[in-house]
Amino acid sequence: MTSEVARHLLFQSHMPTKTTCPSSQVSDDEQKQKRENTRSLTMSGHVGFESLPDQLVNRSIQQGFCFNILCVGETGIGKSTLIDTLFNTNFADHESSHFFPHVRLKAQTYELHESNVRLKLTIVNTVGFGDQINKEESYQPVVDYIDAQFEAYLQEELKIKRSLFNYHDSRIHVCLYFISPTGHSLKTLDLLTMKSLDSKVNIIPVIAKADIISKAELQKFKIKLMSELVSSGVQIYQFPTDDETIAKINASMNGHLPFAVVGSMDEVKIGNKMVKARQYPWGVVQVENENHSDFVKLREMLICTNMEDLREQTHTRHYELYRRCKLEEMGFTDVGPENKPLSLQETYEAKRHEFYGERQRKEEEMKQMFVQRVKEKEAILKEAERELQAKFEHLKRVHQEERMKLEEKRRLLEEEIIAFSKKKATSEIYQNQSYMASGSNLKKDKDRKKISNAQVLEGGSKRASESMRAGSLVYRAQLEGESRRARESLRAGSLSYRAHPLPQH
Amino acid sequence: MDPLRQSPSPCSSRPSSPKTPPCEIHGYVGIEDVLDQVKIKAMKMGFEFNIMVVGQSGLGKSTMVSTLFKSKVWKCTLPGLGMPIPQTLQLKSVTHVIEEKGVKLKLTVTDTPGFGDQINNDKCWDPILGYINEQYERYLQEEILITRQRHIPDTRVHCCVYFVPPTGHCLRPLDIELLQRLCRTVNVVPVIARADSLTLEEREAFRRRIQHNLRTHCIEVYPQKCFDEDINDRILNSKIRDRIPFAVVGSDQEYLVNGRCVLGRKTKWGIIEVENMAHCEFLLLRDLLIRSHLQDLKDITHNVHYENYRVCRLNESHVLPRGPCWVNLAPTPPGPPVAPGPSKVCRQAREDSDDDEDDY
Repeated sequence: MTSEVARHLLFQSHMPTKTTCPSSQVSDDEQKQKRENTRSLTMSGHVGFESLPDQLVNRSIQQGFCFNILCVGETGIGKSTLIDTLFNTNFADHESSHFFPHVRLKAQTYELHESNVRLKLTIVNTVGFGDQINKEESYQPVVDYIDAQFEAYLQEELKIKRSLFNYHDSRIHVCLYFISPTGHSLKTLDLLTMKSLDSKVNIIPVIAKADIISKAELQKFKIKLMSELVSSGVQIYQFPTDDETIAKINASMNGHLPFAVVGSMDEVKIGNKMVKARQYPWGVVQVENENHSDFVKLREMLICTNMEDLREQTHTRHYELYRRCKLEEMGFTDVGPENKPLSLQETYEAKRHEFYGERQRKEEEMKQMFVQRVKEKEAILKEAERELQAKFEHLKRVHQEERMKLEEKRRLLEEEIIAFSKKKATSEIYQNQSYMASGSNLKKDKDRKKISNAQVLEGGSKRASESMRAGSLVYRAQLEGESRRARESLRAGSLSYRAHPLPQH
Repeated sequence: MDPLRQSPSPCSSRPSSPKTPPCEIHGYVGIEDVLDQVKIKAMKMGFEFNIMVVGQSGLGKSTMVSTLFKSKVWKCTLPGLGMPIPQTLQLKSVTHVIEEKGVKLKLTVTDTPGFGDQINNDKCWDPILGYINEQYERYLQEEILITRQRHIPDTRVHCCVYFVPPTGHCLRPLDIELLQRLCRTVNVVPVIARADSLTLEEREAFRRRIQHNLRTHCIEVYPQKCFDEDINDRILNSKIRDRIPFAVVGSDQEYLVNGRCVLGRKTKWGIIEVENMAHCEFLLLRDLLIRSHLQDLKDITHNVHYENYRVCRLNESHVLPRGPCWVNLAPTPPGPPVAPGPSKVCRQAREDSDDDEDDY
């Protein structure tokens, strides 16, 4: 280093610029560098990399910023109004009803421009929070939503082909928790919700509608709230105090938590200016007046001073915690059984094989089950077919019998007819012969009756036999149709079962 | 030279999110203070930059690095003078922390003495590619740990400066082979070394021929055309692309010229001033590397080259790493076959393409 120093001194007077290492940092840096095996170098001229932060800033400007706020609070406590006031816009929103059965979360994304900074702002509101009669499950949807955003980011990060720089980050960076201005203490629901959220998101509690509380009450209320939070172990977001430029202001703001805010987009004329305020018969509450509300402090802390820190905390602390828990849950560890460093890749491969094996097994199982079911169904169908066949046979037989009986009857009838016609013929001969006999009337009558009877019988038997024939034909046709239909359905059924994919159950 | 300009970044300015209605702000909100926050955070954390110089011995690589960063980067002076030529290519890496106006930069320079010096230079690029891939591997291992560090130390090579010997003719086969392989893995900036042996006309002709060679062999050097974000970037980068490769001269000696003390090389016929645009293009190289495109180099390395490496690595299901420092040189993919395309990810055809269920 001595030659360098010598050269540095020699040409000092001629150098346009000088660069020096601040001596107070040298000892720390040297120790750090000794650990990292690096040397600290003094340059003999202006190199020009002090533009690096500006290059970074330019890239950030081009990329745009992303900020996601979650507002948790009861219906009607003023969440939407506060957000409108914070960002000085009128996000299109309407009053929500008090009668939702469950808590839902509604997210909306907006693009804001201020000078050359593009901000993609996502506001997530809880809808129906605190409205239910039974509030046991109120905070669960909120926790689930936050976890879902982390999960989405984790999925993207674990993909093989990923595009993280293009990814729309939807993780919640800050949660504004709205406390009702009762003036007494935290509600149980508030405590429960904050306790379940504090390890997942940065929480900033705010006292909403603070114009209800008088100044003296407000101070007591704040102290009570903070002591309750501390005693329950809720970790709210502390503004960072490690950087000298903002340490002082952050430290003082930490003492003002929770902020008592008033939100309003209506303007009232005070003096000769239009300011945002709420007008009452007894006075005007000015939103941006430090004496009236802590709104300016909130805006200062949330946006102007700590937005970047909030995003960083979300990414490096909350997200990493979620990721670690999730991966450990899935069975990944960094250290193997013999304390040898296990890589994620190895475990992942092992798990993949496992999953593949299991999938194969399940597929086999399903195939077997499918085959079995097909067999069963086929058996049933065959059985049904057999039954139908038997029935058909039986009916056919019955029908045959009937037919035979009918034939028999017809034969008898015909014989009778023949006999009768013979008799008729002979009786006619006799009639001609016994014209003289007067007792032929009776006989005639008798004969006539006989003839008419025989005719009736004949007609009747003819009709009967015809109808029977027709009936039997119809009956047979019906039977055949039925059996045909049954056969076809059997066939179709078995085909469809063979061709159908895995049955769903 | 170049005033502060918007450095292009390989990130789409189109949001890939649900439709976002633009809103009017009616008053002061204070969003632009976030830029200051970003700056403060960056200054606190410091910057890192890793540069590698590749070229045959005697081309002035070490001197060039010293000239770039205006300090004696190497412990010993002029390695190679009086020392035997190493039998194999060895990579030497040295890290420094330099500070300027409150901005701390951790600079790592990797030199490659012995490159191309052997009789048989076949596969002399393997150690270089191996080193680059090893840095990617190290970063990947850190990234896939369960409990990972807040800030993963970045040792990946952001820029590789390739020194072309001033033959005056065209690129040699060794140059072409190496450049083809290097361009797929890292940002390469070729320079004409020892340009004081060429006259201005010879330089121009040489430059055109080299550009033609690069185009013929589809070698995409930095700034790559496919990463130009918008019209401004394209205009700016076209100007740079027109002058690549820069004809540079390096020196760490100072001489008095016209009453000023300048870096230069003294010869019997005159003093070649390093920082004089009329003499050589060193200033262009310095501005490109440090003043305007440093962040961009890092971005492209992180978003494109590292992601390509990661994709190829995570697809090799049959090679499992046995520990954080295990480097498998053999199955290192012989360069992803596709030059970085508009989607900026290696689109390698895979055998089992139904690996989309890899994300569980």
